[in-house]
Amino acid sequence: MSSIDVAAGESGHKKGPGVKKAKKLSTRVDMTPMVDLGFLLITFFIFTTTMTTPTTLDLNMPKDIKDEKEQTEAKESGVLSIMLGKGDQVYYYEGKLTVDAAGSNFKQTTFKGIRKVIIDKKKEVIGRHVHDETCKKTQDRAKAAKDPDWETACADRDFVVIIKPSEDATYKNTVDILDEMTINRARTYAMVKILKEEVELIKATEASAGIK
Amino acid sequence: MPSVKLPRKSTDTDMTPFVDVAFLILSFFMLATKFKPPEPVEITTPGSVNSSKLPESNAVMIIVDSANRVFFSVLSDKDPGKLDAVIQDINATRSLNLSNAEMANYRQTFAVGLPFGNLKQLLNLDPKEQAKLPVPGIPVLDSATNELVWWISAAKKAFAGETLKYLIKGDAKSKYPTFEAVISALKRNDEFKYNLVTALDDIPSGSEMDKYNQKNIKEQ
Repeated sequence: MSSIDVAAGESGHKKGPGVKKAKKLSTRVDMTPMVDLGFLLITFFIFTTTMTTPTTLDLNMPKDIKDEKEQTEAKESGVLSIMLGKGDQVYYYEGKLTVDAAGSNFKQTTFKGIRKVIIDKKKEVIGRHVHDETCKKTQDRAKAAKDPDWETACADRDFVVIIKPSEDATYKNTVDILDEMTINRARTYAMVKILKEEVELIKATEASAGIK
Repeated sequence: MPSVKLPRKSTDTDMTPFVDVAFLILSFFMLATKFKPPEPVEITTPGSVNSSKLPESNAVMIIVDSANRVFFSVLSDKDPGKLDAVIQDINATRSLNLSNAEMANYRQTFAVGLPFGNLKQLLNLDPKEQAKLPVPGIPVLDSATNELVWWISAAKKAFAGETLKYLIKGDAKSKYPTFEAVISALKRNDEFKYNLVTALDDIPSGSEMDKYNQKNIKEQ
Protein backbone atom coordinates (compact mmCIF):
# COMPACT_ATOMS: atom_id res chain seq x y z
CA MET A 1 0.00 0.00 0.00
CA SER A 2 2.63 2.46 1.03
CA SER A 3 4.58 2.00 -2.17
CA ILE A 4 1.52 2.87 -4.22
CA ASP A 5 0.98 6.00 -2.14
CA VAL A 6 4.52 7.15 -2.77
CA ALA A 7 4.19 6.61 -6.49
CA ALA A 8 0.95 8.51 -6.56
CA GLY A 9 2.48 11.35 -4.61
CA GLU A 10 5.29 11.72 -7.10
CA SER A 11 3.31 11.70 -10.29
CA GLY A 12 -0.25 12.40 -9.37
CA HIS A 13 -0.26 16.04 -8.32
CA LYS A 14 1.55 18.07 -10.85
CA LYS A 15 0.67 21.66 -10.63
CA GLY A 16 1.07 24.15 -13.33
CA PRO A 17 -0.65 25.87 -16.22
CA GLY A 18 -0.61 22.87 -18.56
CA VAL A 19 -2.28 20.48 -16.19
CA LYS A 20 -5.99 20.08 -16.51
CA LYS A 21 -7.90 19.56 -13.35
CA ALA A 22 -9.82 16.32 -13.40
CA LYS A 23 -13.56 16.80 -13.10
CA LYS A 24 -14.80 15.90 -9.67
CA LEU A 25 -17.30 13.14 -10.12
CA SER A 26 -20.06 12.68 -7.60
CA THR A 27 -19.60 9.63 -5.46
CA ARG A 28 -23.35 9.11 -5.35
CA VAL A 29 -24.60 6.09 -7.20
CA ASP A 30 -28.13 5.72 -8.40
CA MET A 31 -29.43 2.96 -6.18
CA THR A 32 -32.88 2.62 -7.73
CA PRO A 33 -32.18 -0.47 -9.87
CA MET A 34 -30.53 -2.18 -6.94
CA VAL A 35 -33.53 -1.49 -4.72
CA ASP A 36 -35.85 -2.71 -7.46
CA LEU A 37 -33.99 -5.95 -7.71
CA GLY A 38 -33.84 -6.24 -3.93
CA PHE A 39 -37.57 -5.98 -3.57
CA LEU A 40 -38.18 -8.32 -6.44
CA LEU A 41 -36.13 -10.94 -4.63
CA ILE A 42 -37.90 -10.25 -1.36
CA THR A 43 -41.28 -10.85 -2.93
CA PHE A 44 -39.98 -13.99 -4.58
CA PHE A 45 -38.70 -15.40 -1.31
CA ILE A 46 -41.83 -14.41 0.59
CA PHE A 47 -43.94 -16.38 -1.85
CA THR A 48 -41.75 -19.45 -2.00
CA THR A 49 -40.99 -19.71 1.68
CA THR A 50 -42.92 -22.21 3.77
CA MET A 51 -43.37 -20.68 7.14
CA THR A 52 -45.59 -23.33 8.66
CA THR A 53 -43.17 -26.02 9.63
CA PRO A 54 -44.96 -29.35 9.58
CA THR A 55 -45.16 -31.17 12.87
CA THR A 56 -46.19 -34.68 13.65
CA LEU A 57 -48.79 -36.25 15.82
CA ASP A 58 -47.67 -39.59 17.16
CA LEU A 59 -50.19 -42.35 16.91
CA ASN A 60 -49.73 -45.76 18.44
CA MET A 61 -52.14 -48.49 17.52
CA PRO A 62 -52.55 -51.78 19.29
CA LYS A 63 -52.06 -55.10 17.66
CA ASP A 64 -55.26 -56.73 16.48
CA ILE A 65 -56.20 -59.36 19.00
CA LYS A 66 -58.85 -61.78 17.89
CA ASP A 67 -59.10 -63.68 21.16
CA GLU A 68 -61.63 -61.94 23.36
CA LYS A 69 -60.01 -63.24 26.53
CA GLU A 70 -56.83 -61.32 25.82
CA GLN A 71 -58.51 -58.04 25.08
CA THR A 72 -58.18 -55.23 27.55
CA GLU A 73 -61.27 -54.61 29.59
CA ALA A 74 -62.41 -51.20 30.60
CA LYS A 75 -64.68 -50.32 33.47
CA GLU A 76 -68.04 -49.43 32.05
CA SER A 77 -68.49 -46.44 34.34
CA GLY A 78 -65.31 -44.81 33.08
CA VAL A 79 -65.85 -45.24 29.38
CA LEU A 80 -66.73 -42.46 27.02
CA SER A 81 -67.47 -43.50 23.46
CA ILE A 82 -67.12 -40.84 20.82
CA MET A 83 -68.32 -41.32 17.28
CA LEU A 84 -67.51 -39.07 14.37
CA GLY A 85 -70.13 -38.51 11.74
CA LYS A 86 -70.91 -36.52 8.64
CA GLY A 87 -70.60 -32.75 8.56
CA ASP A 88 -68.14 -32.45 11.49
CA GLN A 89 -70.73 -33.81 13.90
CA VAL A 90 -69.74 -35.71 17.01
CA TYR A 91 -71.88 -38.29 18.80
CA TYR A 92 -71.14 -39.74 22.18
CA TYR A 93 -72.45 -41.87 25.00
CA GLU A 94 -71.16 -42.78 28.41
CA GLY A 95 -70.77 -46.36 29.51
CA LYS A 96 -72.88 -48.82 27.59
CA LEU A 97 -75.15 -47.81 24.78
CA THR A 98 -78.74 -48.10 25.98
CA VAL A 99 -81.58 -47.37 23.67
CA ASP A 100 -85.00 -48.24 25.00
CA ALA A 101 -88.37 -46.72 25.71
CA ALA A 102 -87.05 -44.94 28.80
CA GLY A 103 -84.67 -42.96 26.62
CA SER A 104 -81.21 -43.27 25.22
CA ASN A 105 -77.83 -42.01 26.32
CA PHE A 106 -76.79 -41.42 22.73
CA LYS A 107 -76.14 -37.72 22.32
CA GLN A 108 -75.06 -35.38 19.59
CA THR A 109 -72.63 -32.47 19.78
CA THR A 110 -69.94 -30.69 17.77
CA PHE A 111 -66.18 -30.50 18.07
CA LYS A 112 -66.58 -27.40 20.19
CA GLY A 113 -68.94 -29.14 22.59
CA ILE A 114 -67.03 -32.38 22.92
CA ARG A 115 -64.25 -30.77 24.96
CA LYS A 116 -66.60 -30.01 27.81
CA VAL A 117 -68.01 -33.53 27.65
CA ILE A 118 -64.52 -35.00 27.94
CA ILE A 119 -63.54 -32.68 30.79
CA ASP A 120 -66.76 -33.40 32.70
CA LYS A 121 -66.45 -37.15 32.27
CA LYS A 122 -62.83 -37.07 33.36
CA LYS A 123 -63.72 -35.10 36.47
CA GLU A 124 -66.52 -37.51 37.27
CA VAL A 125 -64.20 -40.51 36.93
CA ILE A 126 -61.48 -38.86 39.03
CA GLY A 127 -64.10 -38.08 41.69
CA ARG A 128 -64.91 -41.76 42.02
CA HIS A 129 -61.26 -42.81 42.22
CA VAL A 130 -60.22 -44.99 45.13
CA HIS A 131 -56.56 -44.99 46.11
CA ASP A 132 -54.87 -48.39 46.41
CA GLU A 133 -51.50 -50.12 46.29
CA THR A 134 -51.09 -50.31 42.52
CA CYS A 135 -51.90 -46.64 42.45
CA LYS A 136 -48.89 -45.83 44.56
CA LYS A 137 -46.63 -47.66 42.18
CA THR A 138 -47.96 -45.65 39.26
CA GLN A 139 -47.35 -42.46 41.20
CA ASP A 140 -43.79 -43.45 42.05
CA ARG A 141 -43.10 -44.25 38.45
CA ALA A 142 -44.44 -40.87 37.37
CA LYS A 143 -42.38 -39.19 40.06
CA ALA A 144 -39.24 -40.93 38.86
CA ALA A 145 -40.01 -39.74 35.34
CA LYS A 146 -40.23 -36.18 36.69
CA ASP A 147 -43.84 -35.78 35.68
CA PRO A 148 -45.10 -32.62 37.40
CA ASP A 149 -48.54 -34.21 37.53
CA TRP A 150 -47.41 -37.30 39.41
CA GLU A 151 -49.98 -36.83 42.17
CA THR A 152 -52.82 -37.32 39.76
CA ALA A 153 -50.97 -39.85 37.62
CA CYS A 154 -53.28 -42.60 38.69
CA ALA A 155 -56.55 -40.84 39.47
CA ASP A 156 -57.78 -41.06 35.91
CA ARG A 157 -56.75 -44.63 35.26
CA ASP A 158 -60.34 -45.76 34.78
CA PHE A 159 -61.03 -43.03 32.28
CA VAL A 160 -61.08 -44.55 28.81
CA VAL A 161 -62.12 -42.85 25.64
CA ILE A 162 -63.14 -44.96 22.69
CA ILE A 163 -63.02 -43.22 19.36
CA LYS A 164 -65.12 -44.58 16.54
CA PRO A 165 -64.92 -42.67 13.31
CA SER A 166 -67.69 -43.53 10.87
CA GLU A 167 -67.24 -43.85 7.13
CA ASP A 168 -68.30 -40.26 6.61
CA ALA A 169 -65.77 -38.81 9.02
CA THR A 170 -62.89 -36.96 7.43
CA TYR A 171 -59.24 -37.32 8.26
CA LYS A 172 -59.36 -33.88 9.84
CA ASN A 173 -62.07 -35.07 12.22
CA THR A 174 -59.89 -37.99 13.23
CA VAL A 175 -56.86 -35.80 13.86
CA ASP A 176 -59.01 -33.27 15.71
CA ILE A 177 -60.38 -35.83 18.11
CA LEU A 178 -56.92 -37.29 18.73
CA ASP A 179 -55.77 -33.76 19.37
CA GLU A 180 -58.60 -33.30 21.83
CA MET A 181 -57.17 -36.27 23.74
CA THR A 182 -53.82 -34.49 23.97
CA ILE A 183 -55.39 -31.19 24.93
CA ASN A 184 -57.46 -32.71 27.72
CA ARG A 185 -54.75 -35.15 28.70
CA ALA A 186 -56.86 -38.22 28.35
CA ARG A 187 -54.23 -40.87 28.85
CA THR A 188 -56.11 -43.92 27.69
CA TYR A 189 -57.86 -43.86 24.38
CA ALA A 190 -58.39 -46.28 21.59
CA MET A 191 -59.55 -46.09 18.04
CA VAL A 192 -61.86 -48.93 17.15
CA LYS A 193 -64.28 -49.90 14.43
CA ILE A 194 -67.76 -48.47 14.70
CA LEU A 195 -70.63 -50.82 15.46
CA LYS A 196 -73.61 -51.34 13.17
CA GLU A 197 -76.17 -50.12 15.70
CA GLU A 198 -74.15 -46.95 16.23
CA VAL A 199 -74.06 -46.30 12.51
CA GLU A 200 -77.82 -46.71 12.39
CA LEU A 201 -78.30 -44.31 15.27
CA ILE A 202 -76.06 -41.75 13.59
CA LYS A 203 -77.95 -42.18 10.31
CA ALA A 204 -81.26 -41.67 12.11
CA THR A 205 -80.00 -38.53 13.86
CA GLU A 206 -78.60 -37.20 10.61
CA ALA A 207 -81.89 -37.77 8.83
CA SER A 208 -83.94 -36.03 11.52
CA ALA A 209 -81.52 -33.11 11.92
CA GLY A 210 -80.94 -32.77 8.18
CA ILE A 211 -77.16 -33.05 8.29
CA LYS A 212 -75.52 -33.47 4.96
CA MET B 1 -38.69 44.99 2.05
CA PRO B 2 -36.04 42.35 1.99
CA SER B 3 -37.62 39.19 0.72
CA VAL B 4 -36.84 36.09 2.66
CA LYS B 5 -35.43 33.48 0.43
CA LEU B 6 -36.30 29.99 1.40
CA PRO B 7 -33.49 27.61 0.72
CA ARG B 8 -34.45 25.25 -2.04
CA LYS B 9 -34.48 21.77 -0.71
CA SER B 10 -33.52 18.87 -2.84
CA THR B 11 -36.25 16.32 -3.51
CA ASP B 12 -33.67 13.55 -3.30
CA THR B 13 -34.07 11.51 -0.18
CA ASP B 14 -31.33 9.43 1.25
CA MET B 15 -32.34 5.89 0.43
CA THR B 16 -29.48 4.19 2.24
CA PRO B 17 -31.38 3.12 5.41
CA PHE B 18 -34.26 1.95 3.28
CA VAL B 19 -31.96 -0.19 1.18
CA ASP B 20 -30.29 -1.48 4.31
CA VAL B 21 -33.57 -2.70 5.71
CA ALA B 22 -34.66 -4.14 2.39
CA PHE B 23 -31.53 -6.21 2.09
CA LEU B 24 -31.76 -7.30 5.68
CA ILE B 25 -35.22 -8.67 5.02
CA LEU B 26 -34.00 -10.21 1.80
CA SER B 27 -31.18 -12.04 3.50
CA PHE B 28 -33.56 -13.22 6.22
CA PHE B 29 -35.93 -14.74 3.70
CA MET B 30 -33.10 -16.27 1.74
CA LEU B 31 -31.82 -18.03 4.83
CA ALA B 32 -35.21 -18.96 6.23
CA THR B 33 -36.54 -20.34 2.98
CA LYS B 34 -36.76 -24.01 2.55
CA PHE B 35 -38.05 -25.04 -0.78
CA LYS B 36 -41.00 -27.32 -0.83
CA PRO B 37 -40.10 -30.77 -2.06
CA PRO B 38 -41.90 -31.66 -5.26
CA GLU B 39 -45.17 -33.31 -4.50
CA PRO B 40 -47.55 -35.01 -6.85
CA VAL B 41 -50.55 -33.44 -5.15
CA GLU B 42 -51.33 -30.47 -3.00
CA ILE B 43 -52.11 -31.53 0.56
CA THR B 44 -53.67 -29.35 3.24
CA THR B 45 -52.80 -30.97 6.49
CA PRO B 46 -55.08 -30.56 9.50
CA GLY B 47 -53.82 -28.72 12.57
CA SER B 48 -52.72 -30.25 15.84
CA VAL B 49 -51.20 -29.01 19.08
CA ASN B 50 -48.38 -31.51 18.89
CA SER B 51 -45.06 -29.91 18.19
CA SER B 52 -42.69 -32.80 17.58
CA LYS B 53 -40.51 -32.32 14.53
CA LEU B 54 -40.93 -34.15 11.29
CA PRO B 55 -38.17 -36.62 10.46
CA GLU B 56 -36.73 -35.88 7.05
CA SER B 57 -34.80 -38.99 6.33
CA ASN B 58 -35.22 -42.67 7.02
CA ALA B 59 -38.94 -42.40 6.70
CA VAL B 60 -41.76 -43.69 4.60
CA MET B 61 -44.32 -41.14 3.63
CA ILE B 62 -47.82 -42.22 2.79
CA ILE B 63 -49.85 -39.43 1.26
CA VAL B 64 -53.62 -39.43 1.12
CA ASP B 65 -54.99 -36.63 -1.01
CA SER B 66 -58.39 -34.95 -0.94
CA ALA B 67 -59.77 -37.43 -3.48
CA ASN B 68 -58.70 -40.34 -1.22
CA ARG B 69 -55.87 -41.38 -3.53
CA VAL B 70 -52.92 -42.98 -1.79
CA PHE B 71 -49.29 -42.27 -2.67
CA PHE B 72 -46.20 -43.96 -1.36
CA SER B 73 -42.72 -42.53 -1.14
CA VAL B 74 -39.50 -43.33 0.65
CA LEU B 75 -37.53 -40.46 2.15
CA SER B 76 -33.86 -41.29 2.17
CA ASP B 77 -31.73 -38.25 1.42
CA LYS B 78 -28.51 -39.74 2.68
CA ASP B 79 -28.61 -43.04 0.95
CA PRO B 80 -30.43 -43.26 -2.39
CA GLY B 81 -29.43 -46.90 -2.52
CA LYS B 82 -32.40 -47.61 -0.25
CA LEU B 83 -34.73 -46.54 -3.02
CA ASP B 84 -33.11 -49.05 -5.34
CA ALA B 85 -33.52 -51.74 -2.73
CA VAL B 86 -37.22 -50.93 -2.40
CA ILE B 87 -37.97 -51.08 -6.10
CA GLN B 88 -35.87 -54.22 -6.55
CA ASP B 89 -37.80 -55.91 -3.80
CA ILE B 90 -41.12 -54.85 -5.31
CA ASN B 91 -39.95 -56.09 -8.69
CA ALA B 92 -38.97 -59.46 -7.27
CA THR B 93 -41.95 -60.09 -5.01
CA ARG B 94 -44.56 -58.92 -7.49
CA SER B 95 -42.67 -60.19 -10.59
CA LEU B 96 -43.14 -56.98 -12.53
CA ASN B 97 -40.28 -57.62 -15.02
CA LEU B 98 -38.85 -54.12 -14.70
CA SER B 99 -35.62 -53.45 -16.58
CA ASN B 100 -32.58 -52.06 -14.78
CA ALA B 101 -33.04 -48.69 -16.44
CA GLU B 102 -36.63 -48.55 -15.24
CA MET B 103 -35.61 -49.40 -11.72
CA ALA B 104 -32.89 -46.75 -11.82
CA ASN B 105 -35.57 -44.27 -12.80
CA TYR B 106 -37.34 -44.87 -9.49
CA ARG B 107 -34.75 -42.66 -7.77
CA GLN B 108 -36.15 -39.67 -9.62
CA THR B 109 -39.77 -40.56 -8.96
CA PHE B 110 -40.95 -38.73 -5.92
CA ALA B 111 -44.08 -40.61 -5.04
CA VAL B 112 -45.85 -43.54 -6.59
CA GLY B 113 -49.61 -43.33 -6.81
CA LEU B 114 -50.34 -46.19 -9.16
CA PRO B 115 -51.27 -49.84 -8.96
CA PHE B 116 -48.46 -52.30 -9.68
CA GLY B 117 -49.93 -52.90 -13.13
CA ASN B 118 -49.12 -49.35 -14.22
CA LEU B 119 -45.73 -49.14 -12.55
CA LYS B 120 -43.77 -50.24 -15.63
CA GLN B 121 -45.49 -47.58 -17.69
CA LEU B 122 -44.64 -44.91 -15.11
CA LEU B 123 -40.99 -45.85 -14.75
CA ASN B 124 -40.60 -45.96 -18.52
CA LEU B 125 -41.29 -42.25 -18.67
CA ASP B 126 -38.84 -39.46 -18.12
CA PRO B 127 -39.24 -38.05 -14.56
CA LYS B 128 -40.51 -34.78 -16.02
CA GLU B 129 -43.17 -36.57 -18.03
CA GLN B 130 -44.38 -38.68 -15.12
CA ALA B 131 -46.60 -35.96 -13.75
CA LYS B 132 -48.74 -36.12 -16.89
CA LEU B 133 -49.73 -39.71 -16.31
CA PRO B 134 -53.15 -40.04 -14.62
CA VAL B 135 -52.75 -41.25 -11.04
CA PRO B 136 -55.54 -43.42 -9.66
CA GLY B 137 -53.71 -43.93 -6.35
CA ILE B 138 -52.43 -47.15 -4.83
CA PRO B 139 -55.36 -49.51 -4.26
CA VAL B 140 -55.89 -49.94 -0.52
CA LEU B 141 -59.59 -50.13 0.26
CA ASP B 142 -60.02 -53.82 -0.48
CA SER B 143 -57.98 -55.76 2.04
CA ALA B 144 -57.35 -58.56 -0.46
CA THR B 145 -55.73 -56.21 -2.96
CA ASN B 146 -54.18 -53.75 -0.55
CA GLU B 147 -51.00 -53.07 -2.52
CA LEU B 148 -49.65 -50.70 0.11
CA VAL B 149 -48.83 -53.75 2.23
CA TRP B 150 -46.20 -54.78 -0.34
CA TRP B 151 -44.70 -51.33 -0.56
CA ILE B 152 -44.35 -51.10 3.19
CA SER B 153 -42.84 -54.54 3.46
CA ALA B 154 -40.31 -53.63 0.74
CA ALA B 155 -39.36 -50.46 2.61
CA LYS B 156 -39.11 -52.38 5.85
CA LYS B 157 -36.70 -54.85 4.27
CA ALA B 158 -34.60 -52.06 2.74
CA PHE B 159 -34.24 -50.32 6.09
CA ALA B 160 -33.76 -53.48 8.14
CA GLY B 161 -31.71 -52.75 11.24
CA GLU B 162 -32.25 -49.00 11.02
CA THR B 163 -34.95 -46.81 12.43
CA LEU B 164 -37.74 -46.22 10.00
CA LYS B 165 -40.58 -43.83 10.69
CA TYR B 166 -43.96 -44.01 9.07
CA LEU B 167 -45.36 -40.65 8.15
CA ILE B 168 -48.96 -40.40 7.16
CA LYS B 169 -49.75 -37.17 5.42
CA GLY B 170 -53.45 -36.93 4.88
CA ASP B 171 -55.48 -34.14 3.41
CA ALA B 172 -57.96 -32.63 5.85
CA LYS B 173 -60.81 -33.53 3.51
CA SER B 174 -59.88 -37.15 2.90
CA LYS B 175 -62.26 -39.70 4.34
CA TYR B 176 -61.62 -41.97 7.27
CA PRO B 177 -61.94 -45.38 5.52
CA THR B 178 -58.86 -44.68 3.40
CA PHE B 179 -56.92 -43.71 6.49
CA GLU B 180 -58.09 -46.87 8.20
CA ALA B 181 -56.98 -48.92 5.19
CA VAL B 182 -53.53 -47.30 5.37
CA ILE B 183 -53.33 -48.12 9.06
CA SER B 184 -54.37 -51.71 8.42
CA ALA B 185 -51.68 -52.05 5.74
CA LEU B 186 -49.12 -50.90 8.30
CA LYS B 187 -50.56 -53.20 10.93
CA ARG B 188 -50.24 -56.16 8.59
CA ASN B 189 -46.52 -55.40 8.50
CA ASP B 190 -46.44 -55.39 12.30
CA GLU B 191 -45.88 -51.66 12.50
CA PHE B 192 -47.86 -49.91 15.19
CA LYS B 193 -46.26 -46.51 15.59
CA TYR B 194 -47.01 -43.77 13.13
CA ASN B 195 -46.49 -40.06 12.78
CA LEU B 196 -49.35 -38.08 11.36
CA VAL B 197 -48.16 -34.95 9.59
CA THR B 198 -49.98 -31.90 10.86
CA ALA B 199 -49.63 -28.15 10.94
CA LEU B 200 -49.00 -26.53 14.29
CA ASP B 201 -52.01 -25.20 16.18
CA ASP B 202 -52.02 -23.20 19.38
CA ILE B 203 -52.84 -24.98 22.60
CA PRO B 204 -56.16 -23.59 23.89
CA SER B 205 -55.41 -21.52 26.97
CA GLY B 206 -56.85 -22.85 30.22
CA SER B 207 -57.01 -26.41 28.96
CA GLU B 208 -55.39 -29.24 30.88
CA MET B 209 -52.55 -29.42 28.38
CA ASP B 210 -51.88 -25.72 28.86
CA LYS B 211 -51.83 -26.04 32.65
CA TYR B 212 -49.57 -29.06 32.43
CA ASN B 213 -47.08 -27.23 30.22
CA GLN B 214 -46.99 -24.29 32.59
CA LYS B 215 -46.40 -26.58 35.52
CA ASN B 216 -43.58 -28.18 33.61
CA ILE B 217 -41.95 -24.83 32.96
CA LYS B 218 -42.24 -23.82 36.62
CA GLU B 219 -40.64 -27.02 37.84
CA GLN B 220 -37.67 -26.46 35.62
